[in-house]
Amino acid sequence: MISESFEYHVPKTIEEALGMIGEFGDESKVLAGGHSLLPMMKLRLASPKHLIDIGRIGALRYIRESEGQLELGALTTHFEIESSSLLKSKCPLLPETAREIGDVQVCNRGTLGGSLVHADPAADWPAAMLAVEAEMVARGPHGERKIRARDFFVDLMATALQSDELLTAIRVSPLPARTGDAYLKLHHPASGFAVVGVAVRLTLAESGSIGEARVGVTGVGAKPYRAEETERLLAGKSPTAKRLEEAAAHAADGVDANSDLYASGDYRKHLAAVYARRAIQRAAERAAGR
Amino acid sequence: MRIQVKVNGTAFESDVEPRLLLVHYLRDVLDLTGTHIGCETSLCGACTVLVNGHAVKSCTLLAVQANGAEITTIEGLASDGKLHPLQQGFWEEHGLQCGFCTPGMILAAHQLLSRNPHPTEAEIRKGLEGNLCRCTGYQHIVKAVQYAAEKAATGGQ
Repeated sequence: MISESFEYHVPKTIEEALGMIGEFGDESKVLAGGHSLLPMMKLRLASPKHLIDIGRIGALRYIRESEGQLELGALTTHFEIESSSLLKSKCPLLPETAREIGDVQVCNRGTLGGSLVHADPAADWPAAMLAVEAEMVARGPHGERKIRARDFFVDLMATALQSDELLTAIRVSPLPARTGDAYLKLHHPASGFAVVGVAVRLTLAESGSIGEARVGVTGVGAKPYRAEETERLLAGKSPTAKRLEEAAAHAADGVDANSDLYASGDYRKHLAAVYARRAIQRAAERAAGR
Repeated sequence: MRIQVKVNGTAFESDVEPRLLLVHYLRDVLDLTGTHIGCETSLCGACTVLVNGHAVKSCTLLAVQANGAEITTIEGLASDGKLHPLQQGFWEEHGLQCGFCTPGMILAAHQLLSRNPHPTEAEIRKGLEGNLCRCTGYQHIVKAVQYAAEKAATGGQ
């Protein structure tokens, strides 16, 4: 399978990339790791006239801590996240999520930023981004702006990123005290994508009851979402198995669930409740151990 | 576009169309047909090669993206007519039947052992998750990788 012809551009800096995006507009696509875009181009679902390969911009590939926040360059690969000792100690949800994505070869090439911008409804990262309330940093011709994860995912394969903007970094806050997190998913047996995936970050109050829980869900609907009713039912409650189950039962409330040959909408909603319960349980156990 | 790559230690310079996939570059331009094309959809792993030490599916990489890279294919593993321990492992433990998946399987295993020289059986299976074999049921492939790990540990590599 060969894509249609295109002109290939290799910017060396973010500024140069933004110039090209501005110049070629809708006729261009930005190439990061290429593990979503190239398959689409080979199937000719995408046929950009200009391909802007940002893969050689070193300034987009890093994991660092600054001003109490963790920041990941958009080109950071799934493998780099999975193997980062900084993230393992400060934000273990991210390495845990990375481990659930594709195989070794895919994780060597696929990037966090590329996956987020592609916004596949069955992608893993969105659930984690919602649970840690990540901030996406976008650069455009008029400078930089930050987009909250819950505002970033707009619809099926659509994000709040404007066509003249480039996602440059992702900022997350490190795990606070008495807090645990977890990501659990049902892998599609063939593709490995999430049929349903649930990421949780949960903080226990001094009393041992749940202070705050944030529950990000992917795979169920057209776009990932926060299970707000579940979160509301958890806040202030003691984390007993019964309470967790009652709250998790609302993990897909009001969601128009996707249906396909593998999983009906009802099955997906059922899975959301099951995986929410397990992920909340695990996050609560981890929070108690910290 | 003009690209320069080093494949199995030999430098090459070629003019390629930007849409040429790395796997086609290796097979059709450089005539290194040991790298196989299976599914063409980044699932089966038959086309796995190492690019700057990282296992990648060469059906999902443009040749131009590999400009300046060092690439290792199955042809680059044996030296001085002596099989690489992984190749020996696949030979000794019957890690193949038809052999179609084998080059990709061996390079994925190469990546695994370079990151984790003493993998458990579960780690081997996880490391080879991106490579499909339709003949062996994987049992002998796992044994072949264990053979190579042991051989490397005892100084065979």
